[in-house]
Amino acid sequence: MSNAFGAKFDKVCEILDRYEKRPTNLIPILQEIQEEYSYLPEDVMTYVATAIGTSPGSVFGVATFYSHFTLTPKGKHVIRVCDGTACHVRKSAEIIKTLEAELNLNAEKKTSSDLMFTLETVACLGACGLAPVVVADDEVHGAMTKEKTIELIKSIREGEVAHA
Amino acid sequence: MRAQTASIDKMLVPIEGEKNLLELCRKAGIELPTFCYHSEISVYGACRMCMVELEGRGIVPACSTKPEAGMVVRTNTGEIRSMRKMIIELMLANHAQSCFTCKKSGDCRLQSIAKQLGVDTIRFKKTNRDEPLDLSSKAIVRDPGKCILCGDCVRVCSEIQSVGALDFAYRGAKAQVGPCYSKGIGEIECVGCGQCVKVCPVGALTPKYQVAEVWNAIHDSSKKVVVQVAPAVRVALGEYFGKEPGSLSMGRIITALRRMGFDRVYDTCFGADFTVIEEGKEFLKRRESGKNLPLFTSCCPAWVKFAEQYFPDFLGNLSSCRSPQQMFASLCKEQLPAELGITREELVVVSVMPCTAKKFEASREEFQKNGIPDVDYVVTTQELALMIKESGIDFNKLELGSFDMPFGFSTGASVIFGSSGGVSEAVLRFAAETLEKGSSQEFRQLRGLNGIKTAEITIGKETLSMVAVSGLANARKVIDQIRSGEASYDLVEVMACSGGCVNGGGQPVCADSLDKRAKGLYDSDKMLQFHVSSENPYLQQIYAERLDDHKSHELLHTKYKNRKRIDQEELILAESSGERVLTLEICFGTSCFVRGAQQLYQDLMEYIRSSGLEDKTQFKASFCGQQCKKGPVLSVNGKSIEKCTRELAISEIEKALNLV
Ligand code: SF4
Ligand code: SF4
Ligand code: FES
Repeated sequence: MSNAFGAKFDKVCEILDRYEKRPTNLIPILQEIQEEYSYLPEDVMTYVATAIGTSPGSVFGVATFYSHFTLTPKGKHVIRVCDGTACHVRKSAEIIKTLEAELNLNAEKKTSSDLMFTLETVACLGACGLAPVVVADDEVHGAMTKEKTIELIKSIREGEVAHA
Repeated sequence: MRAQTASIDKMLVPIEGEKNLLELCRKAGIELPTFCYHSEISVYGACRMCMVELEGRGIVPACSTKPEAGMVVRTNTGEIRSMRKMIIELMLANHAQSCFTCKKSGDCRLQSIAKQLGVDTIRFKKTNRDEPLDLSSKAIVRDPGKCILCGDCVRVCSEIQSVGALDFAYRGAKAQVGPCYSKGIGEIECVGCGQCVKVCPVGALTPKYQVAEVWNAIHDSSKKVVVQVAPAVRVALGEYFGKEPGSLSMGRIITALRRMGFDRVYDTCFGADFTVIEEGKEFLKRRESGKNLPLFTSCCPAWVKFAEQYFPDFLGNLSSCRSPQQMFASLCKEQLPAELGITREELVVVSVMPCTAKKFEASREEFQKNGIPDVDYVVTTQELALMIKESGIDFNKLELGSFDMPFGFSTGASVIFGSSGGVSEAVLRFAAETLEKGSSQEFRQLRGLNGIKTAEITIGKETLSMVAVSGLANARKVIDQIRSGEASYDLVEVMACSGGCVNGGGQPVCADSLDKRAKGLYDSDKMLQFHVSSENPYLQQIYAERLDDHKSHELLHTKYKNRKRIDQEELILAESSGERVLTLEICFGTSCFVRGAQQLYQDLMEYIRSSGLEDKTQFKASFCGQQCKKGPVLSVNGKSIEKCTRELAISEIEKALNLV
């Protein structure tokens, strides 16, 4: 774990204490917890519900009401595919499909089960001259094709293996 | 003083304490359509069906507008009419179009209001996704595709039951009502009481039917099928056949069941008489020893699950008695196979219950032997009515039948089990008879529809303090009072449904029939020969011939377990980076939490860090393991420490690591 030993959960305790475990403070509590974890894990929400004396369902209700909160973790690598007009006419949809097939994702499931990849589609990255564009962890790849996309995923995976 | 009045559709209507315009309109004989209004829960005002025009204020929801003198109200203007129609069309656009196969068809408010308002087209397109059926619970089926988001179930579950198993989630076009984390309703803290089923105006929440299974058993010639009928069924089933609420239709039910093909027709009350004796003896014993008081009743399976989830520290106070349904069934499966000359496997026990939670109870592993449940199938009052109709039986023309013996003989004490306060009264009659022979008292102090009824009752030299509670939010309140020392009782009767089983989740839905159903039971008590359970001659015979202490313990008693509220993985709090030698697991369930589990966690983290154990330790949390009574509970490499303190924990950790 990249995080220091137990630091995240310590922070949860600290946040709950600071907000005096009051149900009325639920939104700022969730907000700060999300900053720690980058998303809201279910078991942490259950813990929060227990601590502030409400049902997990009502915490879940608040967490899903605001689109700011996210309930699924982001993968280690974020792949963003531009689906703006220029990229779209140059078949970005095909690239999205390829990635979904390669990473076993769909419209609902944006993050791969091994938490390695998250696929996002974005409106326009302002790099229309390079269309279609894929951004992998802030690295821009232009004039993408199906084959180059698969190649890209392969090289990220290989990089992971080399590191391990 | 002149009466204060409001004008409704040009009629002057006196205001006599009505809480809102909706009630005032109803008094004036105007039935406004509603989805989200229920007098016993809070006003939500979301469905907008009850709109009326209020002079000077425009269009307002009647359910959340307080009546004032001089108001001029119109309920049927052109504008209101087209608004109502539009709302229904919007709902129908997104509603599953499967009325033909819906259990609620014929009894659905969306259907009836659409018809009442003459809706004949739907101008809007479907905007939501199809969602699969949720079949995860033994008691209840959720069909999200039919939900109209009225929120009635949400409020009943949190306000009346204090469970909060259902709630709103997401918003806009994606809005849903359902369990947390989009889990199945059988995987969360739902106790199966079915009160949400009763308020759901459409077919989004319904009992899980076992009608087909029961017919199959009846048609299987290798099986003998016996049926037991719970007390509350007999004063409610008639409502499906045009009878007044509370009118007794036991005789006809018996004949109908025989005609349908059941081999024996028995009475759950026979089981209830055993419950009275066993629970009465347990109560007197605990009074004598002063241990584990107050005694909590255990007849209601929704309450039992509730206690297992939220009050594990009180499980020792729960009566170890099985419920009447389960006592009946274990006796049946013990005794009948020999009498009927069949094997245990060939005997099928069916229950007819007012209750959805009984379906869950029947499936509990405690009530199975070699994998075969004591009660094979449970059908609700609602399902029995369907079966009778399906058989083409003209219910009202049936002759009156009588139960088969011996399991059909019961005393009046067991019949009143169906009403809140009835179990206590029955136990009291038995206790009085035991303490003072021939006292033959009736104890009416705990009757009535209040959610919390208390009484001090003197029998001979003894004074007993009792409370009969219905509605689980009330139970929570009473337990909190007991815990804080604000109140103390000898006996606490808990029924999950307001008013008791007469208002169970499988009963016909009818706003004000509860007191009539209860009265039906008390009248029935009067008509029976005996009023104290110990007078039941067949029961005496079974005790004498078959039940020694050991056997009655095996057949009539049970155990409880702490339950997680939600099926969930454990939470990893801190993970070692190196080789792990120390695994700590702390319980963060409610009970432990209250006893300072979080403080203990923080103290131990400090210790781990200061002793440099971070790279060797995994620290995880579970949401209620076991032994909550002795919280906080910590386990160190699998060894659990109850009432754990910082010192205890550290000494155990040092032992585990061979540091001493
Ligand atoms: S059955 Fe009872 S506990 Fe379960 S969701 Fe419905 S009201 Fe809540
Ligand atoms: S499930 Fe039924 S009661 Fe609950 S919100 Fe949906 S329609 Fe209303
Ligand atoms: S009944 Fe008044 S808004 Fe629903």
